[in-house]
Amino acid sequence: MQFSPAFRFTAALLGTVAYCGNAFAEMRLDMTKGVTDISNQIYDVHFLMLTICAVIAIIVFGVMFISIFKHRKSQGHKAAQFHESTTVEIIWTIIPFFILIVMAIPATKVLVAMDDTSESALTVKVTGSQWKWHYEYLSYEEQNDLNVGFFSLLSTPRDQYDELEGPGATKGEHYLLEVDKPLVIPANQKVRFLITADDVIHSWWVPDFGLKRDAVPGFINELWANVPKTGTYRGQCAELCGKDHGFMPVVVEVKEQAEFKTWLAAQQQAKAEADAAATASLGKDMSMEELMAEGEQVYNARCAACHQANGLGLPGVFPGLKDSPIAKGPVAAHINIVVNGKAGSAMQAFGGQLTPSELASVITYERNAWGNSTGDVVQPRDVQ
Amino acid sequence: MSEHHHAPSGITRWIFTTNHKDIGTLYLWFSFIMFFIGGAFAMVIRAELFQPGLQIVNPDLFNQMTTLHGLIMVFGAVMPAFVGLANWMVPMMIGAPDMALPRMNNWSFWILPFAFSLLIYSAIASIFGFGGSAPNFGWTFYAPLSTAYGPASTDFFIFSVHMMGISSIMGAINVIVTIFNLRAPGMTLMKMPLFVWTWLITAFLLIAVMPVLAGVVTMMLTDRHFGTSFFSAAGGGDPVLFQHVFWFFGHPEVYIMILPSFGVISAIIPAFSRKPLFGYSSMVYATASIALLSFVVWAHHMFTTGLPLAGSLFFMYMTMLISVPTGVKVFNWVATMWKGALSFEVPMLFAIAFVVLFTIGGLSGLMLAITPADYQYHDTYFVVAHFHYVLVTGAIFGIIAGVYYWLPKWTGHMYNETLAKAHFWISTISVNVLFFPMHFVGLAGMPRRIPDYALQFADFNKIISLGGFVFGLSQLILLVVVIKCIKGGEKAADKPWDGAEGLEWTVPSPAPYHTFSTPPVVK
Amino acid sequence: MSEKTTEYYVPEQSAWPIIGAVGLFTMAIGAANFIQQNTDKVNNEGSLGGVILFAGAAIIIFMMFGWFATTIKESLAGKNSSQMDMSYRMGMGWFIFSEVMFFAAFFGALYYARMLAVPWLGGAGSNAMTHEILWPNFQAIWPLTLTPAGEHLESMGAWGLPAINTALLLSSGVTLTIAHHALLAGERNRQIIFLALTVALGVIFLGLQAFEYHHAYAEMGLTLGSGIYGSTFFMLTGFHGFHVTIGAIMLTVMTIRSIKGHLTPENHFAFEATAWYWHFVDVVWLFLFVVVYWF
Ligand code: HEA
Ligand code: HEA
Ligand code: HEC
Ligand code: CUA
Ligand SMILES: [Cu+2]
Repeated sequence: MQFSPAFRFTAALLGTVAYCGNAFAEMRLDMTKGVTDISNQIYDVHFLMLTICAVIAIIVFGVMFISIFKHRKSQGHKAAQFHESTTVEIIWTIIPFFILIVMAIPATKVLVAMDDTSESALTVKVTGSQWKWHYEYLSYEEQNDLNVGFFSLLSTPRDQYDELEGPGATKGEHYLLEVDKPLVIPANQKVRFLITADDVIHSWWVPDFGLKRDAVPGFINELWANVPKTGTYRGQCAELCGKDHGFMPVVVEVKEQAEFKTWLAAQQQAKAEADAAATASLGKDMSMEELMAEGEQVYNARCAACHQANGLGLPGVFPGLKDSPIAKGPVAAHINIVVNGKAGSAMQAFGGQLTPSELASVITYERNAWGNSTGDVVQPRDVQ
Repeated sequence: MSEHHHAPSGITRWIFTTNHKDIGTLYLWFSFIMFFIGGAFAMVIRAELFQPGLQIVNPDLFNQMTTLHGLIMVFGAVMPAFVGLANWMVPMMIGAPDMALPRMNNWSFWILPFAFSLLIYSAIASIFGFGGSAPNFGWTFYAPLSTAYGPASTDFFIFSVHMMGISSIMGAINVIVTIFNLRAPGMTLMKMPLFVWTWLITAFLLIAVMPVLAGVVTMMLTDRHFGTSFFSAAGGGDPVLFQHVFWFFGHPEVYIMILPSFGVISAIIPAFSRKPLFGYSSMVYATASIALLSFVVWAHHMFTTGLPLAGSLFFMYMTMLISVPTGVKVFNWVATMWKGALSFEVPMLFAIAFVVLFTIGGLSGLMLAITPADYQYHDTYFVVAHFHYVLVTGAIFGIIAGVYYWLPKWTGHMYNETLAKAHFWISTISVNVLFFPMHFVGLAGMPRRIPDYALQFADFNKIISLGGFVFGLSQLILLVVVIKCIKGGEKAADKPWDGAEGLEWTVPSPAPYHTFSTPPVVK
Repeated sequence: MSEKTTEYYVPEQSAWPIIGAVGLFTMAIGAANFIQQNTDKVNNEGSLGGVILFAGAAIIIFMMFGWFATTIKESLAGKNSSQMDMSYRMGMGWFIFSEVMFFAAFFGALYYARMLAVPWLGGAGSNAMTHEILWPNFQAIWPLTLTPAGEHLESMGAWGLPAINTALLLSSGVTLTIAHHALLAGERNRQIIFLALTVALGVIFLGLQAFEYHHAYAEMGLTLGSGIYGSTFFMLTGFHGFHVTIGAIMLTVMTIRSIKGHLTPENHFAFEATAWYWHFVDVVWLFLFVVVYWF
């Protein structure tokens, strides 16, 4: 006779409880405890739940196991015929009810604590779009017009994850959890996040802060965190948002306040310079070679996710640009769709995302790559 | 009275049939085929997730696999299997000559193969590259991913869901009417077997929520093509509205997928404990409470959408409350076994595994109900672990237990005990290897619906995939057992299980084409 | 007419259900293709969608004729025991319940949009930022005559046509009840006249509804695409109108069957089912009138 299933699963459950003990914490089996006060409170609620559930399971399965072990027909046990007891039914209705109350109290407390987003030092608007995050710094302490904002895209090179056509490159340490420009926030200050989206629903999640909130297009959800420890924290988009949902990580860098201020000032400086450069580029002509070189780079970084590096797109989902009537037709229509996007489709407006020279070069690239060879050259000033 | 006591032959027997046993058989085979197709898609998912990196399918195809796996398992495997069991067993259990509306019964079934061919065609077209993408927005098809951003096949999906809805509603009406109107004299409501009770309540849930599903896909359709703004803020709508309407259907739907299994288990455990079911009436009331509560918990799937605080609290408390009646059921099963004379034939083995593993799934559900903790669990593999425990080791194990329990009645033969035992042990072990570690990767932060993952999740995913392959292959044993049992085997007695109770065991095995043409009298 | 049986009648094999399934399938394929031809998602140079949809509808209508003819024949042959009659009644009752739930989805959407989504877009609750950052110019008012995206429209008042329509439907409920009493009392003529009157009221209702739609589209700028107000307005009244159409067809059939003398005081399930359906459609309208037009 084999061991009864109940026995094996009681054992499995005990194992789980043991796993959750500190000794195994590093094995990444349990919920991330995180670094903020809130994330720790969440962890405590989680652990309380887990413990209560494990105890209930052990008791229920234990009783069942005893029955399976002792009340077997093969051992000549004769069946009793009792089949009703109102008292027992009442008892096992009431006791679980009280257990639930024990669980509900701390849960309610944490929930209420998370709700208050007032009195924050920094406000950041977080916008999800297919498949990147846009961070906009709205206000910090007394400053209200920071004019700092940037996109944050996956930086893991494509050849590390794309193994469809043969083995990929060696995967790096932060495979799929690294971005080109992380969100930077100060430590020990209350940061308010205003979460929204441009296209479909995304979800902004940093396990270490105990924060996850859906980014719903057209609405803003508020969240806050006060992170006591500097460091780099990684999370992912947590709502299916289309093809590259698995490839839009969230990376947050927490800096000391002084360091953060320096960083912020540098960003403002850089932004001002970039704006000036963009204006300047309008007066300049770029050569075909320059445009094609920059265009290929921009294309692979920003467009290839949908239209594919070979320009063939994904049939029925994303149109191919090779031999596309727009890419080979009048330039104006091509510029229009790239700059303004197409409402209600995955083709977003890139006018605000790319600089004039990037726009010009990517359009030029699309009109001349993959045998499109229209010979058209689009200059930065054309895309205004 | 009857002109023919024997089944007509040939293909028209199945196409034109009005016989509840034929239609039950059709439903069960249909469900089995869908289980294999949905399972095949799951195997693609597991193969892709076997190691980090994209090896087999591109991310878009991966999303299609996930979507179709979920849709096919839910609407194609579990629900039709239950309707099949109801068709076979409900009339026999209440002493009725057939279902109340036999022609409509046939219609309910035959809509399904057409509905699913619409859905599966788009998958085949996508896999073999002669069509665009199949539905790729998850089985929950949240707007706007499924509206403005959905592929062209979405429209076929929408009409396919309409057809499934029509089928389910008609099937449910049939069950309710049969139970209310066709009971044999003396078969009072409180004498009905629990399987009949759970199905009665399930049918009520189906009629209440399938139209809401039809409504939400209709809104999708008009948002996609007629310019309405239900799910678009620019026109004053809200994408989250979609989720409210969907989950108003969706949560009762998950109980639709478990209550009939509760009924099956409530038949099997007393039979093999040789002891009457403990607390029959409290089981009935508990089932009804679960069903009623299921209408006021839907937003527990939406805690992260930014519900107002009061809403979060309300839905958290209501969800937690469901544990109480469900607990009553579990306790009653255990009490039924207590001091019984237990034997461990395969139906009983699956029933025991059901009680244990469903409870694990239920307890993780309770953890998910805790709103602040759900902020961490939501959309991770912890959720995937939860619902596979309640669905695979809950709903599917319940169905399998029922199949083993009633196969002798259906076919007139006993199944092959050795093979069946092998099926049980391999399945039960591998299913835990498959789904238990999902709790760990989920807690450690692996999101669901992703084709590729960070390196720290690699080891567990390999184990999960291996468990998945073994579990999948072991279902072939079930296929073999069923076919062998139909073909022949030891002759089954009218009542092959000495502890079994109920009218279905008073008729010969295999059950004749028409049973209870004259209603029996129940004391 | 032969004797009524007491045995529960299990019908012979029937081809109608599979014809119905094929019909639905054909309609689904047709509708999906049809609906895609005016989108540029699919470069569809005029598909056969419309034709297929039509063919599917024709199959369904054929099926209904055949199926109902069979059941009418069975009923006239006295094969329906009173138990069978009860099955039909319960079946119809639960079917109407399912229809109630279908409308509930749309009423729910209206409630949500009006009580929650629109106020939130205007900054209510914890959504101050939604308003301030995303929709600074938006005013939360109902009816929503200016959408967040800036589209203007006019809303439909309650006291013109809609009030007349309410009166029409309510009186049609009365005429139908008179017909029912006449049927029970065996007064065929009165029964036929009042049934015909009910149909007429239904048809006038539909005519006025069509006129109202025309007015909305042509003069008020109120269309299906007019924000959430237009969406809920047209979907709710549209589905209601569709149900009135079905109900009117059923009533017409009942009128014809009354003329043929099919309905007897003892055996007239079909009539009652139709009457229930009509009353259900009536009640839905009352809700519509109150929440869509009036408040
Ligand atoms: C058969 C299907 C089924 C069943 C029965 C359940 C049962 C339950 N589910 Fe589950 N659930 C799903 C199928 C099901 N679920 C699916 C498919 C999803 C995912 C959908 C998707 O997003 O794709 C989901 C998701 C889901 C979520 C959302 C998670 C998220 O996305 O973030 C939540 C949250 O509350 C939840 C809760 C529960 C609860 C509380 C129960 C309860 O009914 C469980 C009650 C049972 C017990 C608690 C165990 C037995 C009780 C005792 C032994 C008594 C003593 C115990 C105590 C009183 C503590 N479920
Ligand atoms: C009753 C419902 C049900 C059942 C039975 C299953 C069964 C299984 N599920 Fe299912 N699953 C869902 C319902 C179900 N699932 C739902 C609702 C989702 C959510 C979808 C979404 O996110 O939208 C989901 C999601 C889901 C995921 C997450 C995907 C993602 O997030 O991207 C995974 C991953 O491992 C998974 C795995 C499995 C496995 C391995 C099985 C196994 O148990 C399957 C075993 C069965 C077989 C394998 C069939 C046997 C067939 C053969 C042996 C023949 C082999 C033939 C060929 C290979 C051609 N499922
Ligand atoms: C998130 C997916 C996505 C990204 C990223 C994307 N596009 Fe597109 N693009 C689309 C979709 C979808 C369409 C089809 C829109 C439609 O017609 O409905 C499209 C259409 C186009 C077209 C018109 C093609 C035709 O034949 O209709 C051009 C040109 C184009 N995109 C250029 C670009 C450029 C340049 C970039 C990057 C700077 C880019 N796209 C990035 C999804 C994307
Ligand atoms: Cu963005 Cu998932
Ligand atoms: Cu739920």
